[in-house]
Amino acid sequence: MSSTRPGENRPANRPVYLDYQATTPCDPRVVEAMLPYFTEKFGNPHSRNHLYGWEAEDAVERAREQVAALIGADPKEIIFTSGATESNNTALKGVAHFYRDKKDHIVTLVTEHKCVLDTCRHLETEGFKVTYLPVETNGLVDLARLEAAITERTAVVSVMAAHNEIGVVQPIAEIGAICRRHGVFFHTDCAQAVGKIPLDVNAMNIDLMSISGHKIYGPKGIGALYVRRRPRVRLQALINGGGQERGMRSGTLATPLVVGLGEACVLAKAEMEAESARLTGLRTRLLEGLRARLPEIYVNGDLDHRLPGNLNISFAFVEGEGLMMGVKDLAVSSGSACTSASLEPSYVLRALGLDAEMAHTSLRLGLGRFTTEAEVDFAIDHIAEAVTRLRSLSPLWDMHLEGIDIKSIQWAEH
Amino acid sequence: MSYSDTVVDHYEHPRNVGALDQADSAVGTGLVGAPACGDVMKLQIKVSAEGIIEDAKFKTFGCGSAIASSSLVTEWVKGKTLDEAAEIKNTDIARHLALPPVKIHCSVLAEDAIKAAIADYRRKTPQEPPQ
Ligand SMILES: Cc1ncc(COP(=O)(O)O)c(C=O)c1O
Repeated sequence: MSSTRPGENRPANRPVYLDYQATTPCDPRVVEAMLPYFTEKFGNPHSRNHLYGWEAEDAVERAREQVAALIGADPKEIIFTSGATESNNTALKGVAHFYRDKKDHIVTLVTEHKCVLDTCRHLETEGFKVTYLPVETNGLVDLARLEAAITERTAVVSVMAAHNEIGVVQPIAEIGAICRRHGVFFHTDCAQAVGKIPLDVNAMNIDLMSISGHKIYGPKGIGALYVRRRPRVRLQALINGGGQERGMRSGTLATPLVVGLGEACVLAKAEMEAESARLTGLRTRLLEGLRARLPEIYVNGDLDHRLPGNLNISFAFVEGEGLMMGVKDLAVSSGSACTSASLEPSYVLRALGLDAEMAHTSLRLGLGRFTTEAEVDFAIDHIAEAVTRLRSLSPLWDMHLEGIDIKSIQWAEH
Repeated sequence: MSYSDTVVDHYEHPRNVGALDQADSAVGTGLVGAPACGDVMKLQIKVSAEGIIEDAKFKTFGCGSAIASSSLVTEWVKGKTLDEAAEIKNTDIARHLALPPVKIHCSVLAEDAIKAAIADYRRKTPQEPPQ
């Protein structure tokens, strides 16, 4: 390997990156695999008449096999897109529009990513009906409730495998079995799950799966959609044109990005087991380290059914955005939406039944391939110091120490 | 979001953090905001026999701008009469801290905190001391 691993030799003025659910750095091995396809092997993979086209096509088809191999699919079932947002749009709008004469209902969860929820909202304006199922306080869906929501008119059930904010992993195989039993398609947004937890489209009865490159150490601007061929799922294309990707997604494929996604899948597959164990260990170290230093901290979302590299913690009596400012040597994100125009905290945390005040105190800590034990130890110190300092500034912390229940106070909501 | 140097300075070195004795008749306490909205400010003033604010303390649950706004007003109210302190406007706070539009509510809350502390003091000590 020619270049250093990201995260190593971090310059002093760069914060420690603990936001791996937002995005991941490209693995240097991925970059290396991509490079020739920017320069000498620049051909259009759809050019059938010369070497340039053929070598690009070969690279694309190899990548298709690599993506398929990671999820137990046939390469013909993979179409390349610009990312999980496009894959989710294509899957949901594509199925809804194709089957609209017989089916007009979609089942999803209130905690899905905005690109699924917003797509569903859009479909509602076209006359489709959408059931947004609640989740339990641990973030998991109640399977009986999901099954009960399916009707004769249901075209597709869409449930993400691993959550971007709280990391919880839904019972995908069980949901797949329910969908198959009822003859409805099962779409799963696996942007966060692919390459992190084992997935098999056949064992799990998945009909459509969305994949993103930049969440798995591949490049940004590339993703894939798995579309089952047997029994066949049909889609109405979102993007019309030259009929590439079996007519489901026209446009010249971005060969270097496709190659990068393929390489990212190869690496994820080879390293998943060891990496998963390593990250679970680091996550436990982080959580135990924080718990040893700080009382009144709460993990949001189920800790057992969870991505190895995710923690979402409420630090009671300390506001999340203020806390992020205090941990300026860490790159993390908060469930407090104080930065946005609305003062509403995360809809995901609210869906778990968290009080708005607890939702305002959360941080998401995302660990990944380049996170080291030393970085975790640094994060523990840094967060513990910031929380302790901010609690010494917090009137709510004082009330807590005096035994006053802050819910008993008549607050003037503004 | 990037913060102004003034906000960062108040956030990292907050002035007048702490509490005054709420039972003291010379102390007025303002508690404004709500945990559910992501910010709560507690501002206390101690008023001298001459009607001058001689001490001020705060504690705030909130973002950096909320902490800075309340820290700043503890500096501003000290040495002022109650009427002078009541004239501090959120726009002055916002300007001094260079708050972006989404953070204006922090300065509004700081102004409310001053007014609430003054009202509490006046409630406890209805007889304004001789000027
Ligand atoms: C669960 C989930 N779905 C979809 C997306 C969107 O992915 P992309 O950035 O590839 O469009 C993301 C990333 O933000 C995600 O975490």
